[in-house]
Amino acid sequence: MASNAAALERPTGAASGLVGGSLARGVALGYLSLVVLLPLAALIWSSRADGADAFWHQVTRPEAVSALKLSLGAAAVCALINAVAGTAIAWVLVRDRFAGKGTVDAVIDLPFALPTIVAGLTLLALYGPGGPFGVDVAFTRAGLLLALLFVTLPFVVRAVQPVLLELDTEMEEAAASLGAGSLAIFRRIVFPNLLPAILSGVALAFARAVGEFGAVVLISGNIPFKTEVSSVYIFGQLQSGNGSGAAAVSVVLLAISLGVLLLIGAFRRWRTKHDYV
Amino acid sequence: MSRYLLRFGALGYLALILLVPVGFVFYRAFEHGVGPAWDAVTSHQAVHALELTLLMAAIAVPANTVFGVILALALVRSRFPGRGLVNAIVDLPLALSPVVVGLALFLLYGRGGWLGGLADHGIKILFAVPGMVLATMFVSLPFVVREVVPVLREIGTEQEQAAETLGASPFQTFWKITLPAIRWAVAYGVVLTTARAIGEFGAVSVVSGKIQGRTETLPLYVQAQFEQFDVQGAYAASVVLALIAIATVVALRAFHPREETS
Repeated sequence: MASNAAALERPTGAASGLVGGSLARGVALGYLSLVVLLPLAALIWSSRADGADAFWHQVTRPEAVSALKLSLGAAAVCALINAVAGTAIAWVLVRDRFAGKGTVDAVIDLPFALPTIVAGLTLLALYGPGGPFGVDVAFTRAGLLLALLFVTLPFVVRAVQPVLLELDTEMEEAAASLGAGSLAIFRRIVFPNLLPAILSGVALAFARAVGEFGAVVLISGNIPFKTEVSSVYIFGQLQSGNGSGAAAVSVVLLAISLGVLLLIGAFRRWRTKHDYV
Repeated sequence: MSRYLLRFGALGYLALILLVPVGFVFYRAFEHGVGPAWDAVTSHQAVHALELTLLMAAIAVPANTVFGVILALALVRSRFPGRGLVNAIVDLPLALSPVVVGLALFLLYGRGGWLGGLADHGIKILFAVPGMVLATMFVSLPFVVREVVPVLREIGTEQEQAAETLGASPFQTFWKITLPAIRWAVAYGVVLTTARAIGEFGAVSVVSGKIQGRTETLPLYVQAQFEQFDVQGAYAASVVLALIAIATVVALRAFHPREETS
């Protein structure tokens, strides 16, 4: 029974048999390797096949640098807007009461479920040439940003919402009774509690926006040095036969994605620490 | 006062970014009546694209469900060196550009790639269904794992240990104890996986070669029709995909009963 007692002390620790045994581990890692790791290894290998100089040459081509800068810049702006808009939407969904709230809450998930090419076509129909509002952002950076905002909408909302739901209003009431204004209450009490959630939502939105392709491809027009983002650049390079150029820029995007994921892991640990202290 | 400002600000943003655009596509698709829209989605090419899309989902979703549950079990229940790294790799498809995914498969299975020799033996991966399935599996891998992991953490192993003490085989323990406990999380993950599998564009776009009537899924068909100035066809196919997305959102609600009292 000694092993049982040890397991009880550590409920997510070692378990037995089929459920989490070494067979499950082997199968799981085998599948992950075949589906995810092997292709990525081939990508990295291909990008290095012509040597480090060739890799550097491909990454520093003016068109590649411009596309990379635009991807990062647009994703950063998109993440910032999401931080504000996403938090506001989450707040309204948790703290406000109005008719149709359940429907609005459900609609938030739509960008996750809608194919990205449909998202792009949708925005182009409304905000493109001949649209009903007379607004035309097709083939501009504003159009690109709009597409990114559409696909990243749920990230911050869905990260902040559960934290806000669990947040006790007692502290806020205490602050209010001591004479704090609503802005002061938000800044001093609510915001610090939400910050880890906002940051991890923002980071996911940023990662998604850096690599977005489907939503962007129709509306941005893909004009080199103006509206061409990295994912579109990679696609174009592959089409024109420059596989190693495509691979080199892809490795940069891969590194950015991994970096953001490690950052999110750090936010999560920070949040759990805050939860239990 | 500020409460109404916030409410209308948030809802206005949602309307402008999301609701009005999606609604407008429905309007555009049915602008000239139901007839042309119906003709567009029942054309030979559109029907083939829809069938191919469903085939992708029919292969990728069960694979990612079974292996997703196993991966979740491995991540939660066992400790092995590099578990943190495996965790990050499981999330990678969520954060990685789909074009990069497609390119990685292209380089692995293409001419000169490590597994490029398969083509010489008559096993065609690129510009064919297998490559497209692999791309779909890659991008939709994390969803079941991510939904199941927190539930497994929460339920712990006490009940499983009790079952084992009472003489249940590991298989019985899984079917009678573990699976019922995680079934809603699995269902939720399956819905998300299906939505992603049906809608995938970038990765499939790279590996499929976009051969009309052969390797064209419905999202690829939308782009092709739009670029061939068959805007009506593009809108009609978009509406089919949007309806699938709306069904997905409804299903997500059904599978995720939250104990919200407000």
